[in-house]
Amino acid sequence: MSTSPKADSSALVEKLERESRNATRAMLAEFWYYFSQNRGAVIGLAVFLVLVVTAVFAPLIAPHAPDMQYRDSFLVPPVWQEGGKWDFLLGTDPVGRDMLSRLIYGAQYSLFIGCVVVFVALTGGVIIGLIAGYMRGAVDTFIMRIMDIILAFPSLLLALVVVALLGPGLMNAMFAIAIVLQPHFVRLTRAAVLAERSRDYVVAARVAGAGHFRLMFKTILPNCLAPLIVQATLSFSNAILDAAALGFLGVGAQPPTPEWGTMLAEAREFILRAWWVVTFPGLAILITVLAINLVGDGLRDALDPKLKRS
Amino acid sequence: MSDPILKVRDVTREYVIGGGLFSKPRVLQAVKGVSFDVERGSTLAVVGESGCGKSTLARILSMIDPQTAGTVEIDGLKIDISKTGISKEMRRKVQIVFQNPYGSLNPRQKIGHVLEEPLLLNTDMSADERRDAALAMLEKVGLKPEHYGRYPHMFSGGQRQRVAIARAIMLKPKLLVLDEPVSALDLSVQAQILNLLKDLQDEMGLTYVFISHDLSVVRYLADKVMVMYYGEVVEYGTREAVFDNPQHAYTKTLFAATPDAGVEAIRKRVAAKKAATAA
Amino acid sequence: MALLEIRNLRVEFDTAKGPFRALDGVDYTVDAGEVLAIVGESGSGKSVAMLATMGLLPDTATITADKMEFEGLDLRTLTPKQRRKVIGKDISMIFQEPIASLNPCFTAGYQLEEALKVHTNLSGRQRRERVLELMRSVGIPEPERRMNSFPHQMSGGQCQRVMIAMAIACAPKLLIADEPTTALDVTIQKQILDLLMQLQRDSGMALIMITHDMGVVAETADRVIVQYQGKKMEEADVLSLFEAPKHPYTRALLAALPENATGDRLPTVSDFAKSFAAEEARA
Repeated sequence: MSTSPKADSSALVEKLERESRNATRAMLAEFWYYFSQNRGAVIGLAVFLVLVVTAVFAPLIAPHAPDMQYRDSFLVPPVWQEGGKWDFLLGTDPVGRDMLSRLIYGAQYSLFIGCVVVFVALTGGVIIGLIAGYMRGAVDTFIMRIMDIILAFPSLLLALVVVALLGPGLMNAMFAIAIVLQPHFVRLTRAAVLAERSRDYVVAARVAGAGHFRLMFKTILPNCLAPLIVQATLSFSNAILDAAALGFLGVGAQPPTPEWGTMLAEAREFILRAWWVVTFPGLAILITVLAINLVGDGLRDALDPKLKRS
Repeated sequence: MSDPILKVRDVTREYVIGGGLFSKPRVLQAVKGVSFDVERGSTLAVVGESGCGKSTLARILSMIDPQTAGTVEIDGLKIDISKTGISKEMRRKVQIVFQNPYGSLNPRQKIGHVLEEPLLLNTDMSADERRDAALAMLEKVGLKPEHYGRYPHMFSGGQRQRVAIARAIMLKPKLLVLDEPVSALDLSVQAQILNLLKDLQDEMGLTYVFISHDLSVVRYLADKVMVMYYGEVVEYGTREAVFDNPQHAYTKTLFAATPDAGVEAIRKRVAAKKAATAA
Repeated sequence: MALLEIRNLRVEFDTAKGPFRALDGVDYTVDAGEVLAIVGESGSGKSVAMLATMGLLPDTATITADKMEFEGLDLRTLTPKQRRKVIGKDISMIFQEPIASLNPCFTAGYQLEEALKVHTNLSGRQRRERVLELMRSVGIPEPERRMNSFPHQMSGGQCQRVMIAMAIACAPKLLIADEPTTALDVTIQKQILDLLMQLQRDSGMALIMITHDMGVVAETADRVIVQYQGKKMEEADVLSLFEAPKHPYTRALLAALPENATGDRLPTVSDFAKSFAAEEARA
């Protein structure tokens, strides 16, 4: 025994931490294996990553400023069509702004909308759902009936009402969408909590002396995350879609913001003369939403314990 | 000399079921006036079929559910959680090990944290002290230090049950309630866990309330045996008395139904079958 | 000729950690009218073997065998349609979780009738008669009433009886029982085992009991196969297996039975690992 006990214990600590990291890594490796089994999900993830990179480096990638108007180039068609210019790869809109640049900057808005809406809806939904599922009884009934009422409205209509109350604008639109999406998270969390709360490990934590807060957030919640992550991805695309719809209806992002839905709305009257002004924003929305939904499916495959053999 | 650590008197547990819009609520008595004592350092086995109230009794003893009536006294401490709640002192008296080792460990919690949780919640030990205690406990139950950082799903059923036992004795309880701790395990693993339980009992002076439906395990482990049937105790005595001379009709049925793996019984059965096919 | 003959059966599963071999070259032979017990602990591949025979394994499983014949019929080359004709009629199976094995949406009687509808051409009235007859033969009290019960209204023992009735509805030549009593209480287990043995005796069908419980083996089997980690350890008739187990693993299993405990500690399989390794080295 030449080493001091202190060095001994620090070596032990290091060894334990290495083991612990290995365990975490093994979990991630297994997750990736099941995720990568789903070809569509991997493609979706790749598209999504491209989108993120585009959004982050928009100022570097975009050939023009998004709101720069070229007075000599109104409604220039895409480059491969007759009359197209190499300056404007995807053509220009009715006031001479470059479509490609606007779409690239639009990605920023879409991701921002998705993140904010999902964050707000998820946090609110999870907390309310946890309380409902954990408390049961009258609290549960009260919360769930309110959620039922929210769900009873057509979602876009309700979002419109909320925006009408708060006034148009991107922030209010996001808030409205978050409110509309929230009940889904509440229901999902509640169902998962109901399934988990009577499991033995929860009872064991209770016997060990865990209080209500610890049981709710540290013991039960991490085990309910799988369906929530899937729902969050799907809500992400829903949020983008709803925001585009609100933008299209003129109560979301206001012109000249290069938000995809708003772009669609602005170009509506030129739909017959210049197909590109509506097609490209529409395609952008379609591809983004599709990619995220594919990722969501892959996550479901990887996270749903029922589909996995233990 | 008699030194009961657990005194149970006329404990009753009622559940109210139904009571919906159109049906009257019914009262179901899961445990009907059960009384018994357990000596310090001994093992009481509670035997019965599913639905006989033995698990309900286990939940009352380990303070998961309150009793409806009656008194429970553990090591001189009156337990009635519906009136007084649970104190840290009470928690340190009694802990429980569940049947299913796959359900009783939090899938998202590493083993080290599983073991440290009781200490974190009930003592003022520092993080280092807790870790050392957890490592020492891992060794005690026959696991290795490198298991500290792993997740439950990386373990076999027997290893998980070792972890569950380790968690239960982290607080050095006086009384351990074992709710069918080996019935979900393979035969060879079952033997290891039973050995571990015996070792721990000798070493720490634990008292066991061992819930089981498997008579061969009970016969191996128990000092006293209590047979429950529909919430009532129908037989209560020392192991020898109950096994050698069962009094109640239900106990006799139970013994008769237990498969006999003895060579004599097999020989008899094979011979009978041969005779039947020959005839 | 043997009723079921399987030679060198291998089953592999694809998993995240690469292929996992669940069964490694095991032979099975079952004669008509025989009770064969396959014993093993979890991971021994005892259920996998019979699921492979029935064609019930998921797509991730790769099954290979040199021979896999039921009454001279090659099970490896059957089309799904041909397989359905055999499975459920000549070979049938009962499972561990009786309540989960029944469809909760339909009554017991309806589900029994379904089985008859697929494999026989009895008329509706005849079918109902046969259902009552079957329920009586598996010892369900008041079959007229129980016919209209849903699975959740019956106890585990009764559900298992319904499962058995369903399995024997078409008078199979081979019944595979996968841990049929594990989920049941001891007294119910006794009743179900007695019922299975009586049905087997009366009909002369072959019975494969898959179990981990040495007690169940002792109560039912003629012949026993002991499996461990996908390999066959020992095959013997029941009496000689219990009287004079040849393989160290079998000896370990029998010694680990608490009722065979001598002294204060139970011997465990690891205690036998040494003699096990020695035997392997010699072989």
